[in-house]
Amino acid sequence: MLVLTDKNFGDEVLNSKIPVLVDFWAPWCGPCQMVEPMIEELAKEFNGKVKVGKLNVDENPQVSVKYGVMSIPTVILFKKGKEVGRKVGFEGKETYIKLISNF
Amino acid sequence: MIHDLIIIGAGPAGLTASLYASRYQIPHLLIGSQLGGAIVWAAMVENYPGFELITGADLAQKMIEQVKKFGAEIKNTSVLEIKQKENIFELKTENDEIYEAKTLIFATGTQRQKLNIPGEAEYLGRGVSYCATCDATFFKEKIVAVVGGSNAAVTSALHLAALAQKVYLIYRKKPLRADPIWQERAQKNSKVEIIYETNVKEVLGDNQKVTFLKLDKVYQGNEQLKVDGLFIEIGGQPGTELVKNLSVELDGEGYIKVKPDMSTNIPGIFAAGDVANAFGEFRQIVTATSEGALAANSVYQFLKGGKKCPD
Repeated sequence: MLVLTDKNFGDEVLNSKIPVLVDFWAPWCGPCQMVEPMIEELAKEFNGKVKVGKLNVDENPQVSVKYGVMSIPTVILFKKGKEVGRKVGFEGKETYIKLISNF
Repeated sequence: MIHDLIIIGAGPAGLTASLYASRYQIPHLLIGSQLGGAIVWAAMVENYPGFELITGADLAQKMIEQVKKFGAEIKNTSVLEIKQKENIFELKTENDEIYEAKTLIFATGTQRQKLNIPGEAEYLGRGVSYCATCDATFFKEKIVAVVGGSNAAVTSALHLAALAQKVYLIYRKKPLRADPIWQERAQKNSKVEIIYETNVKEVLGDNQKVTFLKLDKVYQGNEQLKVDGLFIEIGGQPGTELVKNLSVELDGEGYIKVKPDMSTNIPGIFAAGDVANAFGEFRQIVTATSEGALAANSVYQFLKGGKKCPD
């Protein structure tokens, strides 16, 4: 899966031609570990339609602070450089599918 | 298609019920929104036999892999509604699908208890958190408050104190109800300040993030406490929303009443794990897994038309 960082966030997310789903996570976060496989499945299922990436909040504080992420897992959908939807907390795959399909 | 069994909940109880159902060759479906259940929040599990030390998430993943290997299908979604139509249960899920089953095992666990105060939902993920181990990192050198007096609340406060500038521990009673060892550590920690016999009435913010808490009494000359974050650790409540219109009997605390074979007052409905009242307040991974196994065995007997547990 696409690994997002403070450095590549602009190019990969904000300037992306297609919507981007970003999974904010950290290695010590148990629910994040459970969300990750779902996000990976979504990357395959929405291949070409939605870009899917993960961002380690511990290593990339700038993006996390900019978008006010203060709880993980947080999953944000970006479209044309702007946040259009957000889910905070431990959710099931269907919730993320809904997040994508609503936009 | 009518399934012989649908298990609702994908924590240790539901996953073990599925393992046993697979062994009994009961065609079934497992539906759960939070894969792994409450154990995924456990940073360290040291009392599950076979593992000296494992994270809750790793243990959950091992259980899920085993369930899938045994051939069960897991639907990672929420059940929104259940209706009983004669001897069949009809379930509607979040993705608008309908499933039917002859028997149900409720393994819906507990949900985190909320304070239900203004600002709590609004600032979720913007200062309000239910997981100190997940979110402590966002509060380096900041001021935070923890609400609660249990072991979970005190250990969260200590975990936060390692990073934060200051931690208020706010409890509605006095003294704390955490084990003495945790109380002592909290009292000795110079960053932890305990505010007894006080409730948080409202979470205030600047629309971006949490800024203050409104208390129900004056503390150090002020009713408002300046904080950057609020961690809520006030226990759980049983996940019984779905059983209410099925006339399933609950105990005084709201947990599903089960007989020794995990059956409920409604034929065909069984319960296991934290949502069931089998072991009182003793809610462990090992009790959840054993209840799951027992429930699957009882479903097997029920479907065969065999023994029933006397009332």
